[in-house]
Amino acid sequence: MASSATIDNHAVPPDAGLRAFARRFRHGDEVAHIITLIFGAVILLITSLIVYELWINSHLSRAKFGLSFFWGRQWDPVFDNYGAAPFIYGTLVTSAVALIIAVPLGLAGAIFLAELAPRKLSDSVAFLIDLLAAVPSVIYGVLGIFVLVPLVRTVIGPALIHSVGYLPYVGRLFQPPNYGVGFFTAGLVLSIMIVPFIISVSREVLLTVPREQREAALALGATRWESTWKVVVPWARTGIMGSIFLALARALGETMAVAMVIGNDPKIVTSLLAPGHTIAAVIANEFTEATGDLYLSALIELGLVLFFMTFILNGLARILIVATERGGGHHS
Amino acid sequence: MSNLRLAWRKGLNIVMLSLTGVAAFLVVAVLFLILGFLIYNGAKSLNWAFFTQLPKPVGETGGGMGNAIVGSLKLLLLAAVMGLPVGLMAGVYLAEFGGKTFSFVIRYTTDLLNGVPSIVIGIFAFAVAVVPVKHFSTLAGGLALGFMVIPITVRSTEEFLRAVPGSLREGAMALGASKWRTIATVVLPAAGGGILTGMLLSLARVAGETAPLLFSAFSNTYWSPGWGQPTASLPVMIYRYALSPYDDWHRQAWAGGLVLLSLVLIANLGCRLILNRRGSFRSV
Repeated sequence: MASSATIDNHAVPPDAGLRAFARRFRHGDEVAHIITLIFGAVILLITSLIVYELWINSHLSRAKFGLSFFWGRQWDPVFDNYGAAPFIYGTLVTSAVALIIAVPLGLAGAIFLAELAPRKLSDSVAFLIDLLAAVPSVIYGVLGIFVLVPLVRTVIGPALIHSVGYLPYVGRLFQPPNYGVGFFTAGLVLSIMIVPFIISVSREVLLTVPREQREAALALGATRWESTWKVVVPWARTGIMGSIFLALARALGETMAVAMVIGNDPKIVTSLLAPGHTIAAVIANEFTEATGDLYLSALIELGLVLFFMTFILNGLARILIVATERGGGHHS
Repeated sequence: MSNLRLAWRKGLNIVMLSLTGVAAFLVVAVLFLILGFLIYNGAKSLNWAFFTQLPKPVGETGGGMGNAIVGSLKLLLLAAVMGLPVGLMAGVYLAEFGGKTFSFVIRYTTDLLNGVPSIVIGIFAFAVAVVPVKHFSTLAGGLALGFMVIPITVRSTEEFLRAVPGSLREGAMALGASKWRTIATVVLPAAGGGILTGMLLSLARVAGETAPLLFSAFSNTYWSPGWGQPTASLPVMIYRYALSPYDDWHRQAWAGGLVLLSLVLIANLGCRLILNRRGSFRSV
């Protein structure tokens, strides 16, 4: 990879003056360069246009509510009063539930695939997990409504209420009413959707950890688990964090599956079993029905908030992943 | 004391390592559970009418999602026409021409664009393609999907171009070919198979997208002639039918889900098998 890049840069001598430029231009190299460059710039243009359109179209709402939009708890289309707090809360809570389930599961799975499984098995399982990542979100929504919601209503929910529900503090998270739809079910669906990302990226990061690290730990008398948990995982820490951020960004922005099981009730409640709402879900549900200009503008401002949340997370995730993969390369 | 400690460490070793295996097994099991549920519930409602007929009004049983299937194909065609060329050319730029700083900026932006939530892409398509003409259209839906195709295509194109050995480029140039000729006649054909499969994968991914279509292509209970009218699409239809209170529509939603999932998984399976034979390919 690196070698071909070097060749590219030096295939044409850096500078041979105007005549050389004219010659290359005649050959079409500069033309091809500029044309492809324009297409690259189109990507920059689209991304900035997205920000621009969201910003301009949310003008009404931003002018009217200002920063109070973020802590306003009312969402009232009848009186044209909009606050984003319940949606931001719902988005964060469902994503947190998803991470609490998906991170241990995903990390453990990645450890198994990178450290224990023979390479062939590891590759085939990773292949299946990539397929899982390709399942469209509306399919998760259908399974959520018809399979998970009844399951939470009749089995998982009551079980949680009657066991964890009695504990101090944590118990407050699992209180009736339990309709089956709500933060918990949405988080559960999300966790299934983001696990493939955590496993897939973490596995690759773990595989870049040099073998000497493992051998050194084992030679000092560490068990296999100790060498993995105390040496290999810390080594790959940043990359694993990157995969988690990537997964979190996906969970925050996930729309359909959540919209189908969240219960569509913009309230801030402690119980995870209660129905709630998320930013993406309310946009999906109410956008086409938004009659007033201010209503539409408030929904678009929610889109802007969501955009920045995922934008920042994705940015961080990419930096972390690149940093570890490069770091791994230096040490090996 | 030390014996006890050793036993504890060995025990912990076995327990934790087994748990990692259980975790991996659980995640793979989910895939098969999903497949199982869809086949069990969807296959019952699949028949020829499902593929050819229009949806029936509430209360009448039967009918199908013919218009949604055609709608999805039209949207994908538009997405391919609008998104793939941009992705391909930008990928060529990154792999063959790009300098340091500007390529980094484009690459980074591409990743960010890839991470933009699909519902936000929907709002964007609404703002640029629905508001100006004041009605939902197939074109707006295709545009929304086109935006989503671009970043995936860029990354796969760049990766396959970079996998082409430098000696091929040198060979062509040594024969006196200019750089763009080398790219067009040697490098691109060498990476062609991979690039095409990468494109197919990106289309398979957007084929299941629902959120960007909700307020661009919208929905339609009839056939949608031409490109200027709202159109039904498979994912949106599944969404609306699954949320409806009617048993017959639920049945159809399962069937639609099975059709959609089969298409997406078969495309993925085929592409990934081809790609795996050619070398590594990262999807995320």
